[in-house]
This record gives sequence, C-alpha cells and structure tokens, in this order.
Amino acid sequence: MTWDWSAVADFMPRFWEGVLVTLQILVLGSLLSFTLGLVWALGLRSGSRFVRWPVGLVTEFVRNTPLLVQLFFLFFVLPEWGVQFSALTTGTIAIGLHYSTYTAQVYRAGIDAVPAGQWEAATALSLPAHRTWSAVILPQAVRRIAPALGNYVIAMLKDTPLLAGISVLEMLQQSRLESAATFQYTEPLTVVGIAFILIAYPASLLVRTLERRLAR
Amino acid sequence: MTSGLWQNWVLPGIWITVQLTLYSAALATAVAFGVGMARTHRSKAVRFVAAFYTEVFRGTSALVLMFWLFFVLPPLLGWQLVPMWAAVLALGLSYGAYGAEIVRGALNAVTPAQREAGVALSFTPWQRMRLILLPQAVPEMIPSFCNLAVELLKGTALVSLLGVGDVSFAAYLVRLATQESAQIYTVTLVIYFVLAFLITRSMKALERKTKANLGVVVK
Repeated sequence: MTWDWSAVADFMPRFWEGVLVTLQILVLGSLLSFTLGLVWALGLRSGSRFVRWPVGLVTEFVRNTPLLVQLFFLFFVLPEWGVQFSALTTGTIAIGLHYSTYTAQVYRAGIDAVPAGQWEAATALSLPAHRTWSAVILPQAVRRIAPALGNYVIAMLKDTPLLAGISVLEMLQQSRLESAATFQYTEPLTVVGIAFILIAYPASLLVRTLERRLAR
Repeated sequence: MTSGLWQNWVLPGIWITVQLTLYSAALATAVAFGVGMARTHRSKAVRFVAAFYTEVFRGTSALVLMFWLFFVLPPLLGWQLVPMWAAVLALGLSYGAYGAEIVRGALNAVTPAQREAGVALSFTPWQRMRLILLPQAVPEMIPSFCNLAVELLKGTALVSLLGVGDVSFAAYLVRLATQESAQIYTVTLVIYFVLAFLITRSMKALERKTKANLGVVVK
C-alpha cells in the first residue's frame, strides 16, 4: 500500500472542521475544568467536614475512573434523567469535569505554596474571607500554577479523540467518517496523528518556557 | 442486570481489563527504562533518538495511536495485529514515553557524588547504572509510576472502541441489552475505582519495600 496525496487533499475539508471542533472542546473544557477545579480546591479546604469529605470522595472517584466510561455514563444517563444535551455539550462537560479533578490538585498545591505570612497579613488587616482569597491568595497561587494548568490543557487536547466514541465530529471522528466513505485508512488517520504532534509539541515548549520564566 | 450478562460479559471483561493493564504496564516499564536510561547516555545521537521517541509518543493521542496501529499498520506491513495486541502496543509505547521522563528525572536526581564515586572505583558505565544509580533511583520513581499505572488502567478503557471485550465494552453490551444505563455504568465506574485502589495499595507496599532495602522508612 502506498501513500496517496489525493486522499489527503480529499480529507482536508473534513479535517479542518474537525480541528475547529477539537479546539472548541479544548477551550470550553479548559474553562470548565479551571473553574470547577477551583471550586473543588476551595471545598477541600473548607472548615466543615460535611463539605470536605463529599468533595474529596467525588474528586477521588472521578480522578480514578476512565474518562471514556464517564463519557458514556453522561451520554446515556443524562437523557434518562430528562436532561438532553447534544453529544458535543455532553462531551465537553465530561472532559471539563474529569480534568477539574486534576486542576483541583494543582490549585491546592498552589494555595499551599503561598507563604503563611500572606495569610497572617490578611488577618492583621482584618480582610474579609472573600477579599483574602480574591486579592491576596489566589493572585499569588495562580501565578505559580499556570505551567501545571498548561500541562493539563495539553493532556486534555490528547483526550479529545475520546469524544469520537459518542460521535462528536472532532478530528478522529472526521477521519473515521472519511475512512468509512473511501476505505482509505492510512492517510486520514496519519494526518490526524501528525496534527496532534504539531499542536501538542509547540504547546509543551510554550509551557516549558512559561515555567522557566515564572520560576525566576 | 441478569446473572447471565454478568457471568458471560462483565466478569470476563474485568479479567481482560486486568490482563491489558498488566501486559501494557510490562511493556511500558521496559520502554520507560530503556528510553529513560538512553536519555542519560554519553552519546549525543543516542540521547537525540530517545528524546525524539518521547516527544512523538507523548505528543500524539493514545486513541489515535491505537487506531493507527490497528488500521494503518496492517496494510503497510502486510500482517494484522490482534486488537488486544494493537491495544497493548499502543498503550505500552505511549505510557512508556511518559515513564521514560520519570526514569530520567529520578536518575538525574541521584547525587553527582554517587556517580563520581563509581567513576573513582573505575566501574564501567553499565556497572554504575546497575549497582549505584538504579538502586537509588527506583524507589524515587515509584510514586510517579503509581500515578502512571492508574492512568494506564483508565487508558485501557479505550480498547472498547476497537471492539476488545474489556469491562467498558461489556458495559456497552449490557446497556444495549437492558437499557439500564445508570446501573451498569455506575457498576463499571466502581469496578475501575476498586482496581485503581488496588494499584495504589500495591505500589505503596512496593515503595516501602524498595526503600527499606536502602534503609529508609516510609511513613
């Protein structure tokens, strides 16, 4: 079997559509995981054990079970509960939820790394709790954890093909459709594989640079 | 869920998932140590090849790699991989690339004096690696390898998309048969959670054991 450039050319229109959907999942999934992760992290630091324990249990459970199964869970169970989302929305929620349990750990490490003196200073100035968090702790924590969050965005990118399992038209699903129509497997799948390296490698270089710059 | 579905699909599915995890973990460990040690090699060419491998396999998606091995490689080579082995290969090669970074980091973390002591005693590079560096680096790798093993366990669910009858695939079939999505998927998630817990526990024991060999006590 030989490499057929015309099959690559035929695949290109579908491929770009897939890229757009992949990037859309990535952006919305990242936003969701960053926000939810912060909620989990704050919950884990809560003074009440009735908040801490359930949050700990849920995040541990989600973190230690496969994204693919969670994806199927949400995709098939939500409609049973009367909640109807599109495959794309369900997939984005699943990926955002899954990665929020990772970002929660990142936030936690970042918050722990803020020097104790900063907390004491906030107490000394008798700042209310929400001001302590929003004006003192979080701005310092987020600066430290930006590279770690960046790594999870890259990991999320590489997990977006799982959404093909629930027929979201991202890169992999587009290549499967193309292969099903033309019986050409080599070219579409290889193009998608290379596309991931082309996006992920510069992104990881960027994260590394960011890491070095923030470490100074 | 009827007992027939449980015995004919879910239980064998769990066994397939366990097998997949063990085989791919074995391959990933071999790749991790091979590539990780190559990244600390004296020769620049060897280091470059190892770094190239890591970047390519970390850069692409495990699922895309799996599809590629399953659909593209056979016509190129003229032979077909059994889905199970395509999956083991894809998982082992890509998680091995992550593992290589762990091995490299741990080897670099051994104090330079230890390496120099080996040079002073005129050990060969391989003796230094085997007798000095690895025994000290391996216990440091275990917590990271534990995380990676849990990731690998979760990664095995991808094989259900190739039609390998693992526990996720069994869940899919049971759902088609009974339409009880909530029950079967909750059970499946709990199964994975228990397996992950077993991995975490045994890795903790392994860490304690290897550190005890070095005279370090783990709390």
